[in-house]
Amino acid sequence: MARKRINIRNHSAESALFMRRTLVVFIAIIIAIGVLISNLYYLQINSFESFQTRSNDNRINVQTVPPNRGLIYDRNGIILAENRPVYSLQVVVRKTKNLTEKIDNLRDMLGLTDKEVESFYSRNRYSRSFKPVLLRDQLSEKEVALFTVNQHLFKGFSIQANLKRYYPFGEAFTHVLGYIAKINSNDIKRIDERGETARYRGTHYIGKLGIEKYYEELLHGKPGQRQVEVDSWGKVIRVLNFTPPIPGKDIKLNIDIQLQLKAQNLLGDTRGSIIVMDTRTGGVLSLVSNPSYDPNLFVQGISSKKYNELLNSKDRPLINRATQGRYPPASTIKPQMALLALDTNVITEHTKIKDPGWWIVPGSKRRFRDWKRWGHGEVDVNHAIEQSCDTFFYDASYKIGIDRINPFMEKFGFGQYSGLDLGEETKAIMPSREWKRERYNAPWYDGDTISVGIGQGYWTVTPIQLTQATATLARRGEIITPHILHSIVGDGGEFTPPVQASQPIKLKDEHYWDIALKAMYGVTSNTRGTGHRAFANTSYTVAGKSGTAQVINMAEDEEYDAENISERHRDNAMFVAFAPYESPEIVTTVILENAGGGSSNGAPIVRALFDEYFDHIKTKDKLDEIDG
Amino acid sequence: MVSTKAQKSIFYRLHIDPWLLLGIFCLMGLSLITLYSVSPDWVMPQLIRLAIAITAMLVMAQIPPEVYQRWTPAVFIVGVLLLIAVSVFGHTGKGAQRWLDLGFTKFQPSEIMKLIMPFAVAYYISQHTLPVRLKNAVIALLIVLVPTLLIAKQPDLGTSILVASSGIFVLFLSGISWLYISIAIGAVLAFVPILWFYLMHDYQRTRVMTLFNPEADPLGAGYHIIQSKIAIGSGGVWGKGWLQGTQSQLEFLPERHTDFIFSVYSEEFGFVGILLLLTIYLFIIGRGLWIANQAQDAFTKLVAGSIILTFFVYIFVNIGMVSGLLPVVGVPLALISYGGTSIVTLLAGFGVLMSFNTHKRFNRK
Repeated sequence: MARKRINIRNHSAESALFMRRTLVVFIAIIIAIGVLISNLYYLQINSFESFQTRSNDNRINVQTVPPNRGLIYDRNGIILAENRPVYSLQVVVRKTKNLTEKIDNLRDMLGLTDKEVESFYSRNRYSRSFKPVLLRDQLSEKEVALFTVNQHLFKGFSIQANLKRYYPFGEAFTHVLGYIAKINSNDIKRIDERGETARYRGTHYIGKLGIEKYYEELLHGKPGQRQVEVDSWGKVIRVLNFTPPIPGKDIKLNIDIQLQLKAQNLLGDTRGSIIVMDTRTGGVLSLVSNPSYDPNLFVQGISSKKYNELLNSKDRPLINRATQGRYPPASTIKPQMALLALDTNVITEHTKIKDPGWWIVPGSKRRFRDWKRWGHGEVDVNHAIEQSCDTFFYDASYKIGIDRINPFMEKFGFGQYSGLDLGEETKAIMPSREWKRERYNAPWYDGDTISVGIGQGYWTVTPIQLTQATATLARRGEIITPHILHSIVGDGGEFTPPVQASQPIKLKDEHYWDIALKAMYGVTSNTRGTGHRAFANTSYTVAGKSGTAQVINMAEDEEYDAENISERHRDNAMFVAFAPYESPEIVTTVILENAGGGSSNGAPIVRALFDEYFDHIKTKDKLDEIDG
Repeated sequence: MVSTKAQKSIFYRLHIDPWLLLGIFCLMGLSLITLYSVSPDWVMPQLIRLAIAITAMLVMAQIPPEVYQRWTPAVFIVGVLLLIAVSVFGHTGKGAQRWLDLGFTKFQPSEIMKLIMPFAVAYYISQHTLPVRLKNAVIALLIVLVPTLLIAKQPDLGTSILVASSGIFVLFLSGISWLYISIAIGAVLAFVPILWFYLMHDYQRTRVMTLFNPEADPLGAGYHIIQSKIAIGSGGVWGKGWLQGTQSQLEFLPERHTDFIFSVYSEEFGFVGILLLLTIYLFIIGRGLWIANQAQDAFTKLVAGSIILTFFVYIFVNIGMVSGLLPVVGVPLALISYGGTSIVTLLAGFGVLMSFNTHKRFNRK
């Protein structure tokens, strides 16, 4: 049947039909190819530039290269804050095969712990598979070497080297240097406000305290840029263009490492503070606050447990006692008080009073005791300073009055910021009538003045204020701003601190300075001086003043008995001094909390510091000068 | 043909069409060059596949048209049974059930169906005189629909489109009236919602959605199309040069050796390269259509025409999808993309064309 049909087929008609249809198809194909070509023309010719840009955007990545932070040296060029390479092992999961097997191998090779592996997996869960994920932080050199020789077995694993701030002397310099730590949201806000967002791109750390914070601007530097070609996984294929970062400036401090470590040693376990300063330049040679803590903890990121331990410690290690510790100045300010008494004609060089061991405010029954129960007998101003006679100053301050004490003492820097180049500083309290009314809403009583007259009562000072005030004495009224920064390495020349507006202190008679300073010299050189024993047989001359500050108020007639008072309520021992007496070079303040008498406990420490300075450091400096 | 009689006789005796072979070799050359750029590792395996495919082509060319015609019904039925077997026992890969595990090798019956379909429809239609009548056209459509739906259910949208179109092309070439064509197009448009809501998988739907707005999801479903368009567009007139395509070399392009090889080619060889490639394609299509017209009876004409049209569909769908005109349906670029089965099927089809072209002369003598 089929054959029959084929026989009657009109082959040429069928061929013609097929030919027509083929022609239609061919035209359709030409049109379709035309559509394809016009679309490709649109992509490649019309939109070429936009796609070329996008292709470049794809492959070209601009990376910020953070600058290396400036180093910090002591005055001798010994490094106090450095950048150490730390190595971390990271994994690009997408590039590895048999991940678990490789990690198991690393367990044996590097002693990878279960905890590390676990936290790696949890980090990995929240990260894209082509981004490197941290496996182990802070590899030792040996581990780095071990891994590197076996690198070919660990495709997708790589070692990343980063610089991390390190403070080699640990807690000895914390209260000077401070530390850097991870930038937090507050820091970001501050950076944004200063319009320095671009400068901190790629930087994860910022100065949080101390010199690191105060000189952040100098130490940070400027970031550079790296134009790189990357693949679709973000891996750098090659560097196209590189603008190197400008590293932060290296800085040199006035701090002398030997003196600083010595001071730290001398304090031992005693809470307190020591400051040594050059009276000629204001350069701070040593600044110690005890107890301290390891700043490296903060660089690594301190655990909240450790941080709370520091925060809640009774010894308050986080407080910088040198600039934030508020102490009653006690007898250490008697030389200034004597100057004021002379200047206001309350006394003369030869005024003598009788000291029975106590003093009563005229017209009242309130009795103020001298530290010497039986009194000092007949004393003049020289005697009063040398022996730290309280009665003499009770009488003098009563006659001077708080209204003249306050402005005079403010000139010496009490109740003022010293201007030290550390961010953390308190003004402490230089009391006045106004201050008391504001603070306690109470009138000023004569008794308040008497306490202030011997550096007690409402009056508090910081060690740095006391140091500055003693330096002002040594410089006969010329005020100097203490500063820690010595110079910027490579910039040449020494750093000069911003000039303080305060005028030199002028007295009616320049001779008054001689009276006060000579008495301070007597403290260490005269057999009746309170510091005489500590400063016997020195190779240099010393002018000083002891202070023993009451920490708690005691009832009028109560006897101070160290043995019967709890340790924290014992007196603070203080000593201020400068040397040499004739042409001052260095000044020091020593404050020992709850250590008892200033002359018996503070003076020997000052002696040890001065010995260190004159017998070792100064000789060395001189040799250096000759060499130079 | 302007060749000499002696040359003709050598090729005719071997049942080879030298013009088709020339075009095919040109495409293979471009394929190897582009694959080398993607990764030199692809070149050797591709050469092996090409050798197998050429062999298949030569074998197919030796078989006379009568044998094809005789075996068509049996092979078609086996093909449908295999597709049913796939849907029952098939091996699942990438969310689709396409493979039949024969123990020694995995086998994709839908690929074979691409080749069988034109034979089956042509076999049925050529039983009657042309132009085809409505009743026969409907029956022919059923022959197309059964395997198409079986493949679409796997799901393999790309192959089902190719299979369906190869059958429908036969109908078109057999002179079905334009009225019916219009009605059929209307019916297909009505079918689209059914396809969308019932037959398509979620991943296919997102592919279609991102086609219309790839930038809406630049890191997700739209990523491939965007990166492909960037690759093509950034090629410009002359291209970035061989081995210099950053989009492909830096691995921004997906499936660089298979479905998206056209993007690699366009990025490195530019608009000029594209024109060259399309010229070669057009040359092969033209030669194929000429062969179809020279064929001696309705069956061979229809099969030959359908094979060459399907070849074009490969090209159109692939270039259309990588350049953002069509949804990404997973159709390789004919004879350029890496991959065994599609090349073997395509070249087997060309073998059939060669057989039709070289056997009829002997018959007429």
